[in-house]
Amino acid sequence: MSLSVEKSPTTGDETIENYTINFGPQHPAAHGVLRLVMEMDGEIIERMDPHVGLLHRGTEKLIEHKTYLQALPYFDRLDYCSPLGMEYSYVLAIEKLLNLEVPERAQYLRVLFAELTRICNHMLNLGAHVMDVGAMSPNLWLFELREDCLNFFERASGARMHSAWFRPGGVHQDVPLKLLTDIGDWVDTRLPELFEDALSLVVDNRIFKQRNVDIATVSKEDSIKWGFSGPMIRGSGIPWDIRKSQPYDVYDRMEFDVPVGTKGDCYDRFMVRCEEVRQSARIIKQCLQEIPEGPVCSDDRKVSPPKRAEMKQSMEALIHHFKLYTEGFHVPEGSVYVATESPKGEFGVYLISDGSNKPYRCKIRPTAFSHLQAMEMMCKGHMLADTTAIIGAIDVVFGECDR
Amino acid sequence: MTVLNSAPAVTHPKGIKTALRKALGKKLLSLEEAHGEIALHVVTAKLNEAMIALRDKCDYQQLVEIAGVDWPDRQPRFEVVYCLLSLTRNHRIRVHVATEEEVPVPTVTDIWPVAGWLEREVFDMYGVLFEGNHDLRRILTDYGFEGHPQRKDFPLTGYVELRYSEEEKRVKYEPVELAQDFRNFDFMSPWEGADYVLPGDEKAEDGKGGKK
Repeated sequence: MSLSVEKSPTTGDETIENYTINFGPQHPAAHGVLRLVMEMDGEIIERMDPHVGLLHRGTEKLIEHKTYLQALPYFDRLDYCSPLGMEYSYVLAIEKLLNLEVPERAQYLRVLFAELTRICNHMLNLGAHVMDVGAMSPNLWLFELREDCLNFFERASGARMHSAWFRPGGVHQDVPLKLLTDIGDWVDTRLPELFEDALSLVVDNRIFKQRNVDIATVSKEDSIKWGFSGPMIRGSGIPWDIRKSQPYDVYDRMEFDVPVGTKGDCYDRFMVRCEEVRQSARIIKQCLQEIPEGPVCSDDRKVSPPKRAEMKQSMEALIHHFKLYTEGFHVPEGSVYVATESPKGEFGVYLISDGSNKPYRCKIRPTAFSHLQAMEMMCKGHMLADTTAIIGAIDVVFGECDR
Repeated sequence: MTVLNSAPAVTHPKGIKTALRKALGKKLLSLEEAHGEIALHVVTAKLNEAMIALRDKCDYQQLVEIAGVDWPDRQPRFEVVYCLLSLTRNHRIRVHVATEEEVPVPTVTDIWPVAGWLEREVFDMYGVLFEGNHDLRRILTDYGFEGHPQRKDFPLTGYVELRYSEEEKRVKYEPVELAQDFRNFDFMSPWEGADYVLPGDEKAEDGKGGKK
């Protein structure tokens, strides 16, 4: 037996084959159930194939079998981080088909709570993004603010998350005056203090910048081609905000700025969201100053139910109540596409009515679907560890993406 | 009709309808306007050219959404709806094409890469084929799923349910078993034309009751 010494290969001689790794579906940085099949060249991502649909619950199919009002709570469960933002498109679509007028106070309340939802959503996303790239404390502080928001929702609707508070014709119930003053105090004191404190830990932090600046740069042209919206398209430098360009409810009376990024990287998207929180606070303050007294829901009894007290006295009110909660209201034939600026981007509802009490077709346009599709474009050539930063900056929630 | 609702306000750019008609020419079947929204019905085979004309001549830069619709009574059965957005003119339009199960729709993935997944979703939900889309896999439904769930003839409960089998230590697919039948209430009152027979009223059907 002879011993032979194997020649050790010199660097570069050895051929390393690409290998495929599976990221998720159960992974804390995947923000839900996202499965990524990645082909890696060492640490570098060569190809990526996102698999979505693991949280598909058939919402659109279910909606076709429910009356218009029964379908509303499904929207809370789409993007469960910003439930009211989801309801908004749906109620506006119904109102557009019915051509229903909404009282002014209800419009103000909807704008006020939609902006509170935006803050609530961004608190979660900014915190999670920061934690994805390695910092802990800001997330905990921002969650305190989110908790405050959820408490406000609870005081308005009775539910912390799935409010079902926006209704065709207005909102379900009026809010107590104390709630409005408390929101005003919170926006003036607690929000800026905690929020700016938490941000001061990260925005100029060297590590945070190293993980985000120049990561997943998306040009203006690409962001249009890939169907980006919301903070993603604004991060790429396009000042597009549906609240500004196609105002709904009383957004045309609000004064606010649309922040845009300069480079279109993850850091820009993060900073756009930060500024949006400040602008939302500005809108909330204006709403609180201008909000008029009056009814909070349309008085068209064929669409919105009467008050409980009224039902005890009036036969007509009782009949209306009964008909609305069994049969529901009928929506005239037609189809509309209504999109609002949800915290994550353009959230649209394409609603087709055949004149009955149930939607014939309700197509939901999720924000995350097109953003996730661009994952491969954004990730190509980046390191594996950058994926978490990129997903964090997209702000995906799978309830909405998979429907 | 005065606009009372407070949905997103979009005003049509001046002369948009003539511009659209001119840009599309013979590819356009009809142009409808309802609820302040413009819907274009386009020849299915010419979809690609129409979309390029809309993007380049009429500035509809962004494809926002593709929605499938099933109309079982219509011929052709399926409709594919493209929602386009013009960021520069601040305007939205919808482009409709009609198709059959076997007739593929030309893909728009080479015009907008975002169409890839959107077409996959329509294929998954309705079984509409897209010619030229090389990645037409299912997207939202389970791996190995059969059928197209958004079709009107697909039952709400589906055909299979799955559970974890403790004996076999794996997830098992079984035919759906409902403890109670799915109830679909008909709220139409009899004089509005409900099409069910009231108990004891069977004779009215074949008599001169006049019902179908």
